[in-house]
Amino acid sequence: MSTVMMSPQALQQKRGLLLGVRGWTAVLSALAVLTVLIPLLNRVVPADSVFHLSDYAVGLTGKILCYAICALAMDLIWGYTGILSLGHGLFFALGGYGMGMYLMRQIGRDGNYKSDLPDFMVFLNWKDLPWTWALSDSFIAQMALVVLVPGLLALVFGWFAFRSRIKGVYFSIITQALTYAAMLLFFRNETGFGGNNGFTDFKRILGQPIATPTTRITLFIITGATLVGFYLLARWIVNSKYGRVLQAIRDAETRVMFTGYNPLAYKLSIWTLSAVMCGVAGALYVPQVGIINPSEMSPSAGIEIAIWAAVGGRATLIGPIIGAFFVNGAKSWFTVAFPEFWLYFLGALFIAVTLFLPQGIVGLFKRFSRSAADTANDAANRTHA
Amino acid sequence: MRCLFWIFCLLGALCPPLVFALTPEQAGQIAAGDLDDRIKTLNAVVAEADTALEPFVKALLDEAVKTSAGKAYIVADGKTVEAATGKPAVLPADAEDTVTNNRMRRELESAIAVLRLVSPDRAVRAAAITELKDQVDEGKLGLIDKATTAETDPELKARLQLLRAAVLISSDDPAKRLTAAKALSGSSSPATRSLLLEKLGSEPDATVKAAIQAALDSVQGQLVWGERLGLLFTGLSLGSILLLVALGLAITYGLMGVINMAHGELMMIGAYATYVVQNLFKNYLPGAFDGYILVAIPAAFLASALVGAVLERTVIRWLYGRPLETLLATWGISLVLMQAVRSIFGAQNVGVENPAWMSGGVQVLPNLVLPYNRLAILVFAALVLLAMAALIGKTRLGLFVRAVTQNRRMASCVGVNTSRIDMLAFALGAGIAGLAGCALSQVGNVGPDLGQGYIVDSFMVVVLGGVGQLAGTVYAALGLGLMNKLLEGWAGAVLAKIMVLVFIVVFIQKRPQGIFAVKGRSAEA
Amino acid sequence: MTPDLMEEGARRREAYAARQQAGTGTESGGRQAAFGRIAKLGVPDFTHGVALYLDDISVSFDGFRALNKLSLAVNVGELRCIIGPNGAGKTTMMDCITGKTRPDSGRAFFGSTIDLLRLTEPQIAQIGIGRKFQKPTVYEDLSVFENLELALLADRRVRASLFSRLGGEQLDRIGQTLGTIHLRHEAQRTAGLLSHGQKQWLEIGMLLMQDPKLLLLDEPVAGMTDEETERTAELFLSLEGKHSLVVVEHDMKFVDQLTQGRKKVTVLHEGSVLAEGLLSEVQANEKVVEVYLGR
Repeated sequence: MSTVMMSPQALQQKRGLLLGVRGWTAVLSALAVLTVLIPLLNRVVPADSVFHLSDYAVGLTGKILCYAICALAMDLIWGYTGILSLGHGLFFALGGYGMGMYLMRQIGRDGNYKSDLPDFMVFLNWKDLPWTWALSDSFIAQMALVVLVPGLLALVFGWFAFRSRIKGVYFSIITQALTYAAMLLFFRNETGFGGNNGFTDFKRILGQPIATPTTRITLFIITGATLVGFYLLARWIVNSKYGRVLQAIRDAETRVMFTGYNPLAYKLSIWTLSAVMCGVAGALYVPQVGIINPSEMSPSAGIEIAIWAAVGGRATLIGPIIGAFFVNGAKSWFTVAFPEFWLYFLGALFIAVTLFLPQGIVGLFKRFSRSAADTANDAANRTHA
Repeated sequence: MRCLFWIFCLLGALCPPLVFALTPEQAGQIAAGDLDDRIKTLNAVVAEADTALEPFVKALLDEAVKTSAGKAYIVADGKTVEAATGKPAVLPADAEDTVTNNRMRRELESAIAVLRLVSPDRAVRAAAITELKDQVDEGKLGLIDKATTAETDPELKARLQLLRAAVLISSDDPAKRLTAAKALSGSSSPATRSLLLEKLGSEPDATVKAAIQAALDSVQGQLVWGERLGLLFTGLSLGSILLLVALGLAITYGLMGVINMAHGELMMIGAYATYVVQNLFKNYLPGAFDGYILVAIPAAFLASALVGAVLERTVIRWLYGRPLETLLATWGISLVLMQAVRSIFGAQNVGVENPAWMSGGVQVLPNLVLPYNRLAILVFAALVLLAMAALIGKTRLGLFVRAVTQNRRMASCVGVNTSRIDMLAFALGAGIAGLAGCALSQVGNVGPDLGQGYIVDSFMVVVLGGVGQLAGTVYAALGLGLMNKLLEGWAGAVLAKIMVLVFIVVFIQKRPQGIFAVKGRSAEA
Repeated sequence: MTPDLMEEGARRREAYAARQQAGTGTESGGRQAAFGRIAKLGVPDFTHGVALYLDDISVSFDGFRALNKLSLAVNVGELRCIIGPNGAGKTTMMDCITGKTRPDSGRAFFGSTIDLLRLTEPQIAQIGIGRKFQKPTVYEDLSVFENLELALLADRRVRASLFSRLGGEQLDRIGQTLGTIHLRHEAQRTAGLLSHGQKQWLEIGMLLMQDPKLLLLDEPVAGMTDEETERTAELFLSLEGKHSLVVVEHDMKFVDQLTQGRKKVTVLHEGSVLAEGLLSEVQANEKVVEVYLGR
């Protein structure tokens, strides 16, 4: 039984590079595809060519890239730290609302009521902007809010929850209740965020009209680059000692405490980071999709994020990204071809993944490659012998 | 014509108040002519309080009266009688229909009520007073006074006096208004409160205003008890529903460690089973419709228990010890169940009616009606709880369930068929969910997403109540139901929910295991 | 200053230090204990010779008395064995020391100055108390090397963990520990794949990495072969003196190997100390025989 025996020094060396040669090639080519190839296929290649990527495809892929960021965030807290959150849709939606507020103000006087206030406020007979909209004029300030609001909420909630050592299912249920309560809050018109209609009909972003192909492809490129950036960040975190402590917390939290680490600080930091990642994803999502409403905060939206991570393969970082693409791709296909069957498929997916595929798609892949390597080894050994 | 009428009245007034027959002339006057005159005549005749007048007035309302040459005839069932005497008559050829417009109709209706005020039957009198509450004016005062003096029952007398006061408060004479205001302070009806509030705004006289305010405070004081009790009842009712919902969950999670996100859908199945039973009864046994609920209860239990058993066998048994995976898998099951129900029954809500004996309510206080269906659910929840406690605590099956959940290996070593017990316990939890669904169908809408509304609340109950003891679930359910309703009245439904959630998160800080904490090594979970 | 003079000076200093050390041999701690000392935060004060001091500790769970006025004192550098029937409260006692359970009454001190009842588990681990659990609790998904690396005594804070690198000295320590626990060849193996005995060793190794001043070992040789048990005894004996050890065990042979007829054994029964003394004395004690050892 041969195991790779690396000296500690060699191990240290390997860790320093973050990814191996193969890893860096993969990441850089993915970056190239997202930021160069796809834009080319959409904008430069003529519409009648078979290689052309339609605007619809670009929009869909951009949307799924945002979801992939959420799935990555979920892997960090669930796959590596063992915290299953069913309410991450809340952070996603909060980031989305942050961006949405800015975009609503950018409509300016071009709305239905030709007023400085957004349409829904005029409809409610409000005369001034509520205090929550105080910064909504400035892009920088709103973007800061996109990061700060989910982050602070996560920090406060996490501090209370982790401090009281709420674990496991209790924690998951409470996150679900949190997002449910927030959804109810945002459904009310008095909260000042558009009620159950939310925000839509955006016109401009940073001075550029929002519905043009140029803007769309720019947003797409930014989203793709953000995903790759977050992936590298996650990979760095996971490879460090901090990442190993996270995994230790997932496996044996009592032992971690008795080794002298304070799990609260570790859990809280990764929890807040994942919330901020989801918030950023939400902010990138809204201009591409053109609408944000409270249903993004519903408990079912949050649970779907978990299933993307589970389908792709937890604790692999690349798995959840694959999972997000697979599930959302299937959803787009089903809702067009067999709409009544989508929920059956999704439900069956939940069941199948938990029962038969605990390692997800990546695990399946690993099993295949390992058995392929084993058969190759056996063949080689047999020829030798 | 009019002089004759007044002479008759005078004679009538001088005569002893015996059975006073309605004269044909009066009948004719009431049936036809100028509207105001008709009403005046009517009121005058009514003031004499002759119950024999009632059939005539009724006939007028039913538009069964015809007039001819100043005489009135009642035409009913093809027979014609003279209106005043009741003697059979022949309908003249030129008989015209009476004209009864809305105003006339109102006057006729209050005339009947006023007549009934002096009916020999107490129940009729009580009903008449209730009816008159909303439609008195000073014209009727005379008769009201007469009825008050003739009234022997003290309760009815008091009500008549209140009625009088309600009339007088709108009088032109401030002195009368003052007395009226003072008299009204004894009332405890919400209508009086509205009346006083209305008058408070428009009252010019300062003394009378003060009296009205005092009366208002007094009435308010009496009403507030009704309101408080009403709130308490609604809270208990919600709590009892939460209890039913959470009981099944407490069994599957508390005893078995299985977190079941499809619990709401098992409830929905129970509700739909009730719907199906209701339809069967409607189509095949309409006579016994009121008893459908007695068949629906076991039907709902069995339907959900069956589905639960199937789920346990196929999916959940492979996931014991992996709570997070169970959570996801059961969520998937809930999606499948919801979609299946949508395909079979349609995505809209379906109608489930209360049986007759559960409709309506009992009036405890003037402003407090306790609906029968909610009372029934309270009783039902208590019965289910007792049955559950007895089953778990006193039967062999319950013993096996407790053994398996506490130490599975040991139980199987001793010969308990653990997989069968698992299935039975889960089916039991599912069956109770079905009962909850049956109960919900009687108070709310039944649709494919019935369960979604309760899933978060029921989990909160389990989290708060702690795991392993049914008592915690009971206290948590009732407590949350009450807290929710109390906060709702104060801050609105959404904010109430949020406050309850924050409360639970803070409470969990102090006692992570819930109300009934289990200390020691087993608290490792 | 010549080299000879420097060497002479060094020799005298060492002799003086040795004399100072020897001075702590007396009960009251000698000269060092007599003078005023500065109490440093997080550093236990062993000058009085007591490493662990439990006084009248009582714990009840839902009415069941797990510990009943338990009093115990372990000296610095001592190897104390604790025996007793199941349910005597041995694990609960360890829970109280390490902060997992809060006692209802009583006092617990580490050294003469540190009140254990006021600290949290990570703090107790950081001041130098290491615990080995009954069931091996290693990080199943990480490799043996990574398990040891996490246990290495280092800054435990988040930022340090993000940016930490293993220095040469630390790598050497890990290598040394791997040798001590006989897992040098399994360094990259996933810990979950080790045998039960190897997992126990790994956990002991993790404990050693923390360099604790007091080791609490709960049934360390449960499930080990005879050979492994002997090796474990050797290891513990080598640790004695520099560290203080409290070993809870059922295996009388192992206890004999550890105590070698010279060290104290404490017998717990129903939450309090039943007897204390040499193994031979305890084995002859009527009450102990009746309750635990049998005839």
